[in-house]
Amino acid sequence: MRQVELEVLRYHPETDREPHFQRYRVECQEEWVVLDALNHVKETLDPTLSYRWSCHMAVCGSCGMMVNGEPKLACKAFLRDYQGVIRVEPLRHFPVERDLVTVIDDFVAKLARVKPYLIPKDPPPEAGEYRQTPAQLKRYKQFTLCINCMLCYAACPEYGLIPQYLGPAAIALGHRWNRDSRDGGREARGEELAAKEGVWECSFVGACSEVCPEHVDPAGAIQQVKIESTVDWYQEHLMPWLKK
Amino acid sequence: MNRNPYLRPITSEWIFRHPRYLRYMVREFSCLFIGGWTLLMVWGLKQLAEGPAAWAAFLELLRSPASIVFHLLALAFAIYHSVTWFNLTPKALPLQVGEGFVPDWVIAGAHYAAWVVVSSCVLILGGAL
Repeated sequence: MRQVELEVLRYHPETDREPHFQRYRVECQEEWVVLDALNHVKETLDPTLSYRWSCHMAVCGSCGMMVNGEPKLACKAFLRDYQGVIRVEPLRHFPVERDLVTVIDDFVAKLARVKPYLIPKDPPPEAGEYRQTPAQLKRYKQFTLCINCMLCYAACPEYGLIPQYLGPAAIALGHRWNRDSRDGGREARGEELAAKEGVWECSFVGACSEVCPEHVDPAGAIQQVKIESTVDWYQEHLMPWLKK
Repeated sequence: MNRNPYLRPITSEWIFRHPRYLRYMVREFSCLFIGGWTLLMVWGLKQLAEGPAAWAAFLELLRSPASIVFHLLALAFAIYHSVTWFNLTPKALPLQVGEGFVPDWVIAGAHYAAWVVVSSCVLILGGAL
């Protein structure tokens, strides 16, 4: 057992004009993560503390928050990796609903805009399922690993400064379907992905990929869409005969 | 319950929050030196077109200590800019062969090799090698 001190951002929408920090001392075990400490606070010290969590195993993407200024999944941030007071804040760049709970409507709306679902290229197979080779699967598999935790949005200064920007996760998920051999929706998604407020708002800070807990590499996805979009533009304007 | 979401203001403090943001800003900042050097070259061409006296004055200006300091800074920033971008190329240009991807170092390495070849050609054409 050892003692850690948490400094947690609190905001009560009905009584507070702005957020403030509150400190909690927690007796913790060696293998605890930040989420365990928060649960301990809620269960034994302060039941009014609000935060989102569900799976406690880095799969659901609910417990994203800033830990000492870095976007982290609270269930994956081990207390033993931090020295001194641990500062816990809601994900940056999102409005704070209450305490560590953020308003995520903007991301959800953007995700829907990129059409993150199969838009079949050909009519579905008459019998059985779609077939795909391991190589075809490999082409997009990495981008399927996104858990919508929004750490990439909290890390991205472009999104913080230009909230209209579509953002890393939404672009990576649109790109995931563009790379799927069964899909024919690249042109339909292009209206959002290849737009100014799509990939062209990105100036390749690369922070999204550094903080991604699932190694999706959204920065890579964004640059790949930029290249595809550039090739599309040249084909359309300089070599229209190459386009069907 | 009334909703009253609070949006925390963004300040320029983000640049210093993590070294990665500072590295990014240095990369962006490098364009000022590269742009400045390019303008200097355009001005040099203009001086060349104006005749031997103007060209000699331009060469004299290049030999001044301030010019040498500027060129060293511009060279350092240009190298930083090139290296950071070449190291990022595997993200933008993943090359799939069968079920695997070509290793990152091969893609970045190919860019470095092309850089050496092109730079050597420029130096040979310029008579420096």
